[in-house]
Amino acid sequence: MQVLSVTEINEIINQVARGEGSLIAALEEIQERYGYLPPEALILASERLGVPLSQAYAVATFYNAFSLKPKGKHCLNVCMGTACHVRGSPQVLDRLETKLGIKTGETTRDRLFTLETVNCLGACALGPIVVTDGEYSGQMTPQKTDQLLRNIIRAEADR
Amino acid sequence: MNRLQSTSDFQTWQAAMAASWDETRPCLRVCDGTGCRALGSQKVLENLRAELARTNQDTPIEVVGTGCPGFCECGPLVTVYPQRISYQKVKPEDVSAIVQKTLIGGEVIQELLYTDPQTGKHIHLEPELPFYQKQKRFVLDFNGRIDPTRIEDYVALGGYTSLVKALTKLTPEQVVAEVKTSGLRGRGGAGFQAGVKWELCRKNVQKTGIGYIICNADEGDPGAFMDRSVVEGNPHLLLEGMIIGAYAIGIEQGFVYIRAEYPLAVENLRIAIRQAEEAGLLGTNILGSGFDFNLGIRLGAGAFVCGEETALMASIEGRIGEPRPRPPYPAESGLWGKPTNINNVETWANVPMIIAMSGLEYAKIGTEKSKGTKIFSVVGKINNTGLVEVPMGITLREIIYDIGGGIPNGKSFKAAQLGGPSGGCVPAEHLDVPIDYESLNALGAIMGSGGMVVTDEDTCMVDFARYFMTFIQEESCGKCVPCRVGTKAMVATLERICAGEGLPGDVDYLLEMGEHVRNNSLCGLGQTAPNSVLSSIRYFRSEYDAHIFDKTCPAKVCKGLISYSIDPEICNGCMVCLRNCTSNAISGARREVHTINPRLCTRCGVCMNVCKFDAVVVA
Amino acid sequence: MIHLMIDDKPIEITEGRSLLEACRENGIDIPTLCYHPALEPYGGCRLCMVELFQPPRKSRLVAACVYPCEEGLVVKTHSEMVLQSRRLTVELLLASAYNSPDIIALADQVGVGEVRFKLPEENNCILCGLCVRACKEITNISAISVIQRGMAKKVSTPFQVASSRCISCGTCVLICPTGAFKLSDVIGVRSDVPGEPPYLRRYYRVGSEIDLRPNFVQDVALLLGRKRDTE
Repeated sequence: MQVLSVTEINEIINQVARGEGSLIAALEEIQERYGYLPPEALILASERLGVPLSQAYAVATFYNAFSLKPKGKHCLNVCMGTACHVRGSPQVLDRLETKLGIKTGETTRDRLFTLETVNCLGACALGPIVVTDGEYSGQMTPQKTDQLLRNIIRAEADR
Repeated sequence: MNRLQSTSDFQTWQAAMAASWDETRPCLRVCDGTGCRALGSQKVLENLRAELARTNQDTPIEVVGTGCPGFCECGPLVTVYPQRISYQKVKPEDVSAIVQKTLIGGEVIQELLYTDPQTGKHIHLEPELPFYQKQKRFVLDFNGRIDPTRIEDYVALGGYTSLVKALTKLTPEQVVAEVKTSGLRGRGGAGFQAGVKWELCRKNVQKTGIGYIICNADEGDPGAFMDRSVVEGNPHLLLEGMIIGAYAIGIEQGFVYIRAEYPLAVENLRIAIRQAEEAGLLGTNILGSGFDFNLGIRLGAGAFVCGEETALMASIEGRIGEPRPRPPYPAESGLWGKPTNINNVETWANVPMIIAMSGLEYAKIGTEKSKGTKIFSVVGKINNTGLVEVPMGITLREIIYDIGGGIPNGKSFKAAQLGGPSGGCVPAEHLDVPIDYESLNALGAIMGSGGMVVTDEDTCMVDFARYFMTFIQEESCGKCVPCRVGTKAMVATLERICAGEGLPGDVDYLLEMGEHVRNNSLCGLGQTAPNSVLSSIRYFRSEYDAHIFDKTCPAKVCKGLISYSIDPEICNGCMVCLRNCTSNAISGARREVHTINPRLCTRCGVCMNVCKFDAVVVA
Repeated sequence: MIHLMIDDKPIEITEGRSLLEACRENGIDIPTLCYHPALEPYGGCRLCMVELFQPPRKSRLVAACVYPCEEGLVVKTHSEMVLQSRRLTVELLLASAYNSPDIIALADQVGVGEVRFKLPEENNCILCGLCVRACKEITNISAISVIQRGMAKKVSTPFQVASSRCISCGTCVLICPTGAFKLSDVIGVRSDVPGEPPYLRRYYRVGSEIDLRPNFVQDVALLLGRKRDTE
C-alpha cells in the first residue's frame, strides 16, 4: 500500500505548476505516482493551484486517465479499437472477464489485477492487443490470454 | 553541442552532418516503433547489438532503431544497408544468421524475404516491395532511415533548412502566402485551407499582440496511427513545421497536445524539443533572427472529445473537455481568449516541404482541389496492414489492392471505413473513387484524419456501425442534449437490431434521429456521430432489413441471430473444443460426437478457433 | 448598429448581442431551457435553434443564444426545420424527465408526439447547467459542478458528499427550470472541529455522519413556498 505523503504531493504540484492550466498536468503526475488520485491530492491541488475543488473533482471524473480508486498490482489493458475489434478483441476481453471474475473497470478482490479497456493504442496491425503493465502483447487470442495470466500468476508465486 | 547563434552557424553544422551521413555504409536499420515493439523488435535490436559486439569488424557496423517505415504487417522489419535488403517478421533467433550470413557472408536469407503472393517470387530489396510502388512517401521520407532521437540525423538529411530559408529569405507574410498557394488543407479531417486559417490568425494576433499555435496530436480515431508514427519516427519534422508557422503567424508560445496513450511518441517528442532548445532552434532569438518561440507539451487524459479543437483548448486551460460554441472561431478567440491556430500533426509536417519546394511546386501534387499527399493507416481485413502515404487523387482500389495487397484468405472486399467513427463507409461499387475531399464527401464518407478500416464479407455492417456508434456515445462529453441522449437512443436501437429484436420502424428512426443529431449538436463530435450509421444504411440497407425482418445476420456475426453447432459427420470426439469452452456448453465423451447446448452457448467462437477439423458450423 | 432579417422582419441591434437577444427584444418568441439573462450563454439544451440562411451555403440550424448577430443575416424562427428540431429535442428530454410537469408542458407547446426512447431511470435533471453556472458566476462559490461524462453526467458536490463551501443561498434551487433540485440535496456544512488545518478537514465524511445544521435553509424554504403560491 502506498503511503500518502502530503509533502510529496505538494512537491509534485509545485513542480508542475506553471501558471494557468496546470491542474490536469498536476493530476497526471499524481496519478502516475500513486496509481490513483487520493482525495487529499485533489484538495491540495485545488488549493495550491487556485482552482475550485468542484472543478478539480469534475476534471478528475471527466477524463478516463484518472482513477479515484486504487488499482490492482497488474493493469491489463485491452485495446478495443476498430482493427482489434474486427480481429476478435471482444472474445479476448470476454475471456479475461471470465477468468478473472470481474468486469471491465474493476479490480480483483485480492487487488492483483485491474482490467480495463482502452480506445485504440494505434498499433492496429498487431491487433488484438493487450497491454500488461506497459508491455504490449500482440495478436492475442483467448488461449493466449490464458497463458498471459498463467505467466503473471507464476511470477507472483515465485516472488 | 553549443547553441547555434546564427543561420550561418547552422549551415556550417548542417554541412558537417550531411558530409558524415553515408547510406552506402553497412548498417542495419530496425523498425522500433510501437507496432514492431509489440512484436518484439526490442529483443531483435538487443540481439543484433550483442551479436555485432561479439564479431570483430574493421569498421563497426551501426544498428539503428528507426521510426515506422510503414509495412507493419511484416514486422519486425530489418533492412540491411547499403543494399537495402528487406528482412521481414524477424525473430530474435534469426539475428545471428543475419549477421553471419548476410552481413559477413554477403548471402541473402530467403526465408526472411517478402514473398509476392501474385508471383510467388521473393523480393530482396525494400524499394522493390509492391507495397511501396504506388506510394509517395514525402512526409514519411525519413521514417525508417533516421534515429528519431538524434537531431543530427534529421539535420544531416536536410532538416531545418526550410526554417533557415523562411528566416532568411521570406517575410512572415510571404510564408503565409506560400502555404496559401500550396493549397494545403487541414489533415485532421475538416480539410479547411490551412493558409487561409493562418492568414486570419495572423491578422488577429497583430490586433491583440499575443496568440498561440497548437498541434492537435490527440489522434483518437480507433484504427488510426498516422500521427503517432510521425511523432515517434520523425518528431523534428513536426517541430520545424511549427516553428515556421510561429514565425509566419507571429506567435511566441505553442503547444503540442498529445495523447498520453502514446508513451513512445511523447518520449521522442520530449527529447526532440530538448535537443532543439539546446541547438538554439527553439527559445529566444532563434538562430539570431530576433524571433522567439517556445513549445510546451500537454498530455491528453483519455478523452476522445479533446480532439475537437475547442475541447482541446479547454483541456489545456485545466478544465473539463467540453466544446464551446463557434463562432467565435479559435483564429479569433481561442486559448485563454487569444487568437489561436490549431492544426493537425500531418498538416504541420507538410510545411517544411512546402517552404523547401515552394507552394507552387507543392500544388502540382494531387488534384485540383486536394493538393499534396495523405497518410493513411490501412488496417482490418487487408493483407498489407500498415502506414501508407499516397498522392491525392489515387483511387481507393489502388490503395486496397495494389498497395494493400487485397483481402486475406480469398475473401471479398465489402467496404472501407474512412474517418473512423465520424466517417462513412465506401462499398465495393465505389472502389474507383479518387481519394480527395470532395469525391469522398459526395459518397457520404469523409477524408478524416487517415484511418482506413477494411472489412470483408464476414463483417456485419450493422454490428460495425453499432461498434462506432457505441464508441462515440461513450466518448460524448454530455453537454448538449442531441448528442448525449440522441446517440444513446441510436445505440439502443442498434443493440436491439443486433440482438434480433429489431422492429419495422427502426431504420427510419435511425435516419430521423441521425439527421437530428447531425444538425443540432454543438460540436463536431455530435455533428459527425451519426455518419457511420447513416452511411451503412445508405449502402447496406439489405443487411439491416435481414436483421429486422428475417431475424438473420447474413455475415454470421451478431450473437443473438446465430447459432453454433457441431457437424456430426466431421467431429471425431477429440474433446479440444469441450475443454476450451468457457460456458461448459459442449458435451460429449472421447471419440463420440460432441454437441453444443444452444442455451448455454455464448457464441464466443473459441470452439471454432480451436477445432482443427473445421467441425464447428455457424448458421 | 447591425441590421439583419428575422422572420422577414428587419431588425436593428447594437453590436455584440446574440440572435436570441435580438429575438426577445423584438417580441419574437423562442423557447429556451439553459439560457438565463444573468449568466453567460451555454448552448447546451439546443432548444433555441433557429434556421440561418447564408447563401451560397445551405441553410443550417444554429443556437440563437450563442450565435452573434452579424450584418445581413437572414434567420427564420418557425420554419419546418426549426419546429422539427424542437420536437425531437424535447422528445429526447422526455427520455429521462418523463414525469416532469415543466418538460411535459414544453412537449405540448412544441408538439411532441410519441416518446420513442425512454431511459430506465427517471431523472428530472436535464443537465442545463444553470445551477452550476449560477453557483459560479452569480455567487462565486463554485460549490457544485457537473461531474463525469456523457450519459453518466450529473450535478454533484466534490466527492458526492455534503459540500463545505455551499452557503445555502438556494440560488441553484430557484434557478432550476424543472424543479429537479431540492435544497436537501445540496446543503452547506462547515467543519465543526475548530483549529483543524484546511487540508486535513475531513471533507469526505459520509453524509449521514455530518451534523446537518443548515443556517438559513428554513427561511429559504419558506421563501420558496411563498413564491410558488404567488405564481
